[in-house]
Amino acid sequence: MNAFNSGDEGFTPSPRSSAGDTASLRPPVRGAWFDPIFEYLCLSAATLLLASLGGLVISLAIGGWPALSHFGWSFFTSTTWNPVTDVYGAAGAIAGTLITSFVALALALPVAIGIAVYLVEFCPRAIARPIAIAVELLAGIPSIVYGMWGLFIFAPLFAEYVQMPLMMNAAPGSLAEKLFAGIPNGANILSASIILSIMILPYMAAVLRELLMTVPPQVREAAYGLGCTPFEVVTSVIVPYIKRGMIGVVMLGLGRALGETMAVTFVIGNAHGFPDSIFASGATLASTIANEFTEATGDLHTSALIALGLVLFIITFTVLALARLLLSSQKY
Amino acid sequence: MLGRDFLRNLVNRLFITACLLATVAAITALVFILWSLVVQGIGGIDLDVFTKDTPPPGSEGGLLNAMVGSLMMCAMAMAIAIIVGILAGTWLAEYGGHTRYGAVVRFLNDVLLSAPSILVGLFVYELLVRPFEGFSGYAGAVALAFLATPIVTRTTEDILNLQSHALREAGIALGTPKWLVTRKIIWRAAGAGLLTGGLLGFARISGETAPLLFTALNNQFFSADMTKPMASLPAVIFQFALSAYDDWRRLAWAGALIIAVVVLSINIIVRFIAREKKHA
Repeated sequence: MNAFNSGDEGFTPSPRSSAGDTASLRPPVRGAWFDPIFEYLCLSAATLLLASLGGLVISLAIGGWPALSHFGWSFFTSTTWNPVTDVYGAAGAIAGTLITSFVALALALPVAIGIAVYLVEFCPRAIARPIAIAVELLAGIPSIVYGMWGLFIFAPLFAEYVQMPLMMNAAPGSLAEKLFAGIPNGANILSASIILSIMILPYMAAVLRELLMTVPPQVREAAYGLGCTPFEVVTSVIVPYIKRGMIGVVMLGLGRALGETMAVTFVIGNAHGFPDSIFASGATLASTIANEFTEATGDLHTSALIALGLVLFIITFTVLALARLLLSSQKY
Repeated sequence: MLGRDFLRNLVNRLFITACLLATVAAITALVFILWSLVVQGIGGIDLDVFTKDTPPPGSEGGLLNAMVGSLMMCAMAMAIAIIVGILAGTWLAEYGGHTRYGAVVRFLNDVLLSAPSILVGLFVYELLVRPFEGFSGYAGAVALAFLATPIVTRTTEDILNLQSHALREAGIALGTPKWLVTRKIIWRAAGAGLLTGGLLGFARISGETAPLLFTALNNQFFSADMTKPMASLPAVIFQFALSAYDDWRRLAWAGALIIAVVVLSINIIVRFIAREKKHA
């Protein structure tokens, strides 16, 4: 043991371990003192990100508390939103948010799947990339531009070619009449949902495309080798392979739709209360906040709006967290 | 048997056609949106837009104060976002990304990436506007920084993870302290990628409206004082578009066209940089 140690001494690369041999110590490297400070700076930046999310929740909770404690559970169940009498209930806005988001998702998902499948499976290589880029560019357009386009271009067309004919043809007293009732100006829950679906489409298509590209070629080739048609390959081999990831994509699209503010504010018509038809004007959590916050009449009004923000945060955080968990469990 | 195969083929054809139609529909939507934006916006774009301030209804004017306000707030927001984002991304990639805490940070950063921007507006209102009793350009910049930082963090981490270990080892072997290896070798090698992250963050915040509504508010007049309410292009578009005045609406379309052109160009430049990188 001793002999081994002493024999090893000569080969020890770092003389620092042998006491008293200071002469062979290398001078400290210039700038080495900054190493721990740099790591600490990086760590603080990462912690700042965490703190910002924490601060967000806490500030919403504090700001919304007066309204929540004043109205109790009725804040979530009442559809009355009346700044004049200072009575606030979030049910109408919550319903508006959920309805627009789910309708948008239902419209966007099949199209997003179609695009992703076409680009990965069927499209000639040479044009697949430009098309993928064009679709992703849709995602870059700011939501206020979608809002203006929706209000001035899409809504009038929608009113003239969809809403009016439907209302004209609905038999009096029938279910259809009730369903299509509303002011035919194109500013309603359905047109907000359609605009939302155009907005979430590129995100979903882009992530789906990435997912599809992770499917190993062997899986595909094996299925083709059995004589499957491309349709059968997609439905029976590829889709099951990326199932978890696809649910993640759905949640991601939903998360985007739930929190979208400006485009919806332009198009939804901004009417409070529980929407009784998808052709009626409505409001979402985000659009109510955007419309009323700077003009809030009193402390309770402001607090109620912040409480809406808290509700929106809880809904979107849950959805987005689920999306990320499902997407990260799918190995890229 | 023939009948079944015929059916299979038919279903297959229909499926491929449906996929093609979906793609065509998305491209059509893009073209339609851009086309109507150009048609509506181009008429409002003249020299006045870039040289005059926002007018009261019924008189001549431009968007100068809004553009200056947007630029100042975005620049300040990006300065914050790039410093915090690159450091946080570096920590995730070089130091603590593999730890449990690192996993939490990464996860919540991903959630922040798509968090509703209006909530950030409310948060900054509670943080900076209410305590200091006034809307300000600084509050607007901070709100935008909250939105851009997760994007910069994410791209920084991704790009740094792509750099080869040999680079790091070569630096360490020379006895260089780790922070110098990171700064002088890794950051430099990842330069184009880091720039991409910054540009993407800028593209995202330059069109953001919701977080500015309750932080920077708006300002009818020219102001470069960031302690006061400040005009921004998206907020002015929002106000003008929903007004009943034709000349205000024309300016709103012109502003929307300007923002869309800026954002789309940045996105195209980013792709160009990414492609150059791949070829190099």
